Amino acid sequence: MDLLPFLVTQCLNAFSQAALLFFLGVGLTLIFGIMRIVNFAHGTFYMLGAFVGYTTVRITGSFWLALVVAPLVAGSIGAAFELGLLRRLYRRDASAFLMVTFGLTLVLEEVIRLTWGVQALQVEVPDLFAGIVFLFDEPFPVYRLFLAGAGVVVAIAIWQFLERTRLGLLIRATSQNSEMVHALGVDVNMVRSGIFGIGCGLAALGGVLAAPLVTASLGMAANAIIDAFVIVIIGGMGSFLGSLIAAVLVAFVQVFGNYYFPDFALAAMYLLMLLVLVIRPGGLLGKEA
Amino acid sequence: MLRIESLNTHYGRSHVLQGVDLEVPAGRIGAVLGRNGVGKTTTVRSIMGLVPPTSGHVLLDGQDIAGWAPHLVARAGVAYVPEGRLIFPDLSVLENIRVGERKPAKVWTMERLLDLFPSLRERAGNRGWQLSGGEQQMLAIARALVSDPRVVLLDEPSQGLAPLVVRELAGVIKRLCDEGVTILLIEQNMKLAEAVADQLHVMVKGRIVYAATPDVFRAEEEAIRGKYLTL
Repeated sequence: MDLLPFLVTQCLNAFSQAALLFFLGVGLTLIFGIMRIVNFAHGTFYMLGAFVGYTTVRITGSFWLALVVAPLVAGSIGAAFELGLLRRLYRRDASAFLMVTFGLTLVLEEVIRLTWGVQALQVEVPDLFAGIVFLFDEPFPVYRLFLAGAGVVVAIAIWQFLERTRLGLLIRATSQNSEMVHALGVDVNMVRSGIFGIGCGLAALGGVLAAPLVTASLGMAANAIIDAFVIVIIGGMGSFLGSLIAAVLVAFVQVFGNYYFPDFALAAMYLLMLLVLVIRPGGLLGKEA
Repeated sequence: MLRIESLNTHYGRSHVLQGVDLEVPAGRIGAVLGRNGVGKTTTVRSIMGLVPPTSGHVLLDGQDIAGWAPHLVARAGVAYVPEGRLIFPDLSVLENIRVGERKPAKVWTMERLLDLFPSLRERAGNRGWQLSGGEQQMLAIARALVSDPRVVLLDEPSQGLAPLVVRELAGVIKRLCDEGVTILLIEQNMKLAEAVADQLHVMVKGRIVYAATPDVFRAEEEAIRGKYLTL
């Protein structure tokens, strides 16, 4: 294979992978930035998105509808969970959050097992994206092109939401000093519920989009949560831009690693993380460790 | 307007406010003086609901707001300019103000605030961390005013500012008073407090032990200083 076609297809591959990693990591990092808690259930919301997406496609036949329904379902569950449980724990130390969100993971996984069974479920993509295109005579799945595009669109949408809307402004202010925001007349509890819901919804969106590639299966959550943590740690906890850069970096390491030294591909991601932590302990764009 | 009656606040076991009584009439400036650690900041934080008082009353035009959540206290018309200013460092000047603007301002519109603080207009696009101490203080005041408050709580606004800037600050405080804003000023800087306040209160160990107008205070200053305010 010539170098140019190889590079082009591998880079596009990496960008489509980066999109999935970004959906996963950005929600976790936003939640951490605002609430200073680690949402252990984040990968499970990603998985839930895939299953809800599967059912939506089965019933309605519309993948597009699944992209709306799954984030809404996961986001609502996330927001309700914050309202009902997490809110009572803010005065406690971080281990309380780990326990409770880990508990949520177990409950959600069991609910998914009972609802959808243990078999991996194939999610069909719309005909529009089902085929392949030839780039420099190399075949490339259209769906991966769509993924890369979706990543760009969602990243711009989140950025504009944070920069231009009132809620976006409050989210940024709350991540800097939540007590001051509270004293300025903002119900920070609502901001917290909102961001938790949005974060879980974004994870679910990633889950739906990943499902056609990897099927909806019970193993999704475990891998997803690790990837999400790696993204957040590399990018810097709480940094939107950091999570974007980290997703791209990790995706490139994964894709090219898989090609050149498949046996060490998984280790390469952790090496990257170690390297970043040695140089910048708080992550690329994090405040400090 | 703002009346505090036998307010008690605890931090864990320590009894910080021990029955604070204080009144600031509408459109006036009341100042609280005192050494470090006597409970001045705790007083404003208790009013704001950031540290819920254990007992006592905070009456705002007769309505008891003691123990309300901070955002409800703010919505009742109390604005807070905290010690150390607590500007949002990564937000621009305009964004800092907008956080405080819960609904479009009627009295203190953005335009008016930028007229009142010309230096903020020049630095509108700068981030909070890029401002000087004086500019940050003006920004903290603008951020409080944009909610059209009835009462403003100013906690140590002169802290760390150059004398010239403190003089400018005094002008701003008087200006607010002329506009009908009621102000509770916490200060270590006796000169500033004397210059602007209608009533001076001295706090010792969680209680108000002395109150007087600036004229009377000045006459008795030597004695008061020795008794309550020296370290």
